[in-house]
Amino acid sequence: MSATETFDAAKARPLWHRIVVRPESVTLLLLIAAVFVSAWLSPFFADLRFVLESATFYIEFGIIALMLTLVVVSGEIDLSVAATMALSACLFGIAHRAGLGMPVAILIGLGSGALMGLFNGVLVTVFRLPSIIATIGTMVLYRGIAQVIAGDRSVGGFPDWFVGIDFIAVGIVPVPVIIFVVLAILLGLVLGSTLFGRQIYQTGTNPIAARHAGIRVDRLKMILFTASGLTSAVGGLLMASRLGVVRYDLATGGELQVVLIVMLGGTYIFGGRGTIAGTFLALWLLIIIQTGMTVANIAIEAQLTVLGLLLILAIISANAIYAGGRR
Amino acid sequence: MKKLMLIASAAAIGLMAGAATAQDQVEIVYIPKNTGNPYFDSIIGGFADACAELGCSFTTVAPATAEATSQIPFITAQIQRGVDVIAISPNSPDALNQVFDRARSRGIQVLIVNSDIPGSEDHRDAAILPVDFTTIGPAQVELLGSMINYDGEIAILSATTDAPDQNVWIADMQTVLESDDAYADMELVTIAYGDDDPQKSTTEAEALLANYPDLAGIISPTTVGVAAAAQVVETAGRAPDLQVTGLGTPNQMRRFIENGTVEAFQLWSPYNQGVLAAHFAMGVNDGSITNEPGQTFDVPNLGTITIGDDNVILTQDQPTTFNADNIDDFNF
Repeated sequence: MSATETFDAAKARPLWHRIVVRPESVTLLLLIAAVFVSAWLSPFFADLRFVLESATFYIEFGIIALMLTLVVVSGEIDLSVAATMALSACLFGIAHRAGLGMPVAILIGLGSGALMGLFNGVLVTVFRLPSIIATIGTMVLYRGIAQVIAGDRSVGGFPDWFVGIDFIAVGIVPVPVIIFVVLAILLGLVLGSTLFGRQIYQTGTNPIAARHAGIRVDRLKMILFTASGLTSAVGGLLMASRLGVVRYDLATGGELQVVLIVMLGGTYIFGGRGTIAGTFLALWLLIIIQTGMTVANIAIEAQLTVLGLLLILAIISANAIYAGGRR
Repeated sequence: MKKLMLIASAAAIGLMAGAATAQDQVEIVYIPKNTGNPYFDSIIGGFADACAELGCSFTTVAPATAEATSQIPFITAQIQRGVDVIAISPNSPDALNQVFDRARSRGIQVLIVNSDIPGSEDHRDAAILPVDFTTIGPAQVELLGSMINYDGEIAILSATTDAPDQNVWIADMQTVLESDDAYADMELVTIAYGDDDPQKSTTEAEALLANYPDLAGIISPTTVGVAAAAQVVETAGRAPDLQVTGLGTPNQMRRFIENGTVEAFQLWSPYNQGVLAAHFAMGVNDGSITNEPGQTFDVPNLGTITIGDDNVILTQDQPTTFNADNIDDFNF
């Protein structure tokens, strides 16, 4: 019975249709359009070195967005990512200031991020809180702790080798961009071609059915939240390196940027659908649009309007395509 | 790969267009803290008028929020545009250091306007300050004291918790309140932060009135905050018993002076800062000004200006007090 249905669905949507009509295609088309519009808007835009350099301002959020894609596909959300960035970076900075040495300080930064993610996971799987509520709570909590421990001043004085990772480039590609691309390939493989990835999709599509199918849903979500905390800490350390200082208000409002990237990439907010490719393209779309308009001296109000319209367009088309695919 | 080819082909188009629009004028860009703050519009006006006179090309761009890192993409974009001078009112005392260094390594003059970056002076060429800032805190306390007979509870409504200039003034206010016997009966009960956002400043001012019913005075050393506090006090009808003062622009505060809600407030001329910064930038650019402490230069209507220690340049010595007698002389 179910085999016949699958066969029918495949017949209804030929291969080319399945490849072309996807939310990511919309993102890709927008990206191509954005490149041309940006080059047309300002003669200063079309310089690959400049675009890659500007990309480093958004890469930190992009790395987190990759991991958040998996979280969203599993049917959850993590809004504490930016606060996790700030708190883990502050812990790292304070550990360094206390004279613990850079390797230990970096481990403390990463480890604390993973712990913060784990705590989110516990709230969601053990205490059964909806993740949107739980992570809004921890968003405020982590930011608050960061303010308590770091106070209202910058923590800096890092060694020269640590500061300015965005200045270090292989050819003309800055290191953070390379990290982003490698992580995208890695997570793309995890989500797209592993059993774990299929379990993420199944959990997001129908958690009860997934549980009955023998998937350890709670364990899976715990892993995803912990990984989200860890990647947020990586983002925080990259930002610390780029700025040379850490503060409690690092990446304020960043969670919205991260969610925007994931949504722009066509990932379905209620779970079960979405790809790393979409998020990957969405980050570049955001970079091109923001950089293109900024270098053209376009007023920020207009920039935000364009971003808002694009997001709505992306969500409408993603919903339409998903609805069409189900038919 | 496809994207690379696209960008490469776009680059070719871009280079041709770039050659056609190249110009010889000195290009100055000014980046305020954020958009929608009328205070910075006066600085922009000063730049624009001075540039019209001096023959420089002037533009201004700003981020939507005054968050510490929000100006970085704008600075990078201006480096890419190849401007000669970046004047900026920074949102952070140190988060911009790396990008300032990058701008200066490309031969761009980096001028801090309106507030310095304490501890990071090595990362900019000079700082144009509106007034001798050490006089602000004591002058504000004295002004409020004279309005409340040097007696009662007072509160401060500031900008963001990490606004570098406001924090220095508040520290000075606290020092003078504690050390000067004239202020022995004035008690600072709290410091609130309105983030230079009209809505948040209004909410914080309302909270001050609700939490401290005996409050005698509010000092708000930020233009957004003082206007919000005056509005709240006017709406609540607390005007004669609760005095508001602070740093505000005449145009924003004119209504409150005229209807008696506010007796007096202080400021300097942000417009003059823009004029001074443009003259300084052009002078350094053409070699007529040497950017070293102790050097002097003349600016029309502002007189002889001296470059101070750490390349700090003061536009005026003391803040100006505005009240019903003189406010009609000012329009900014």
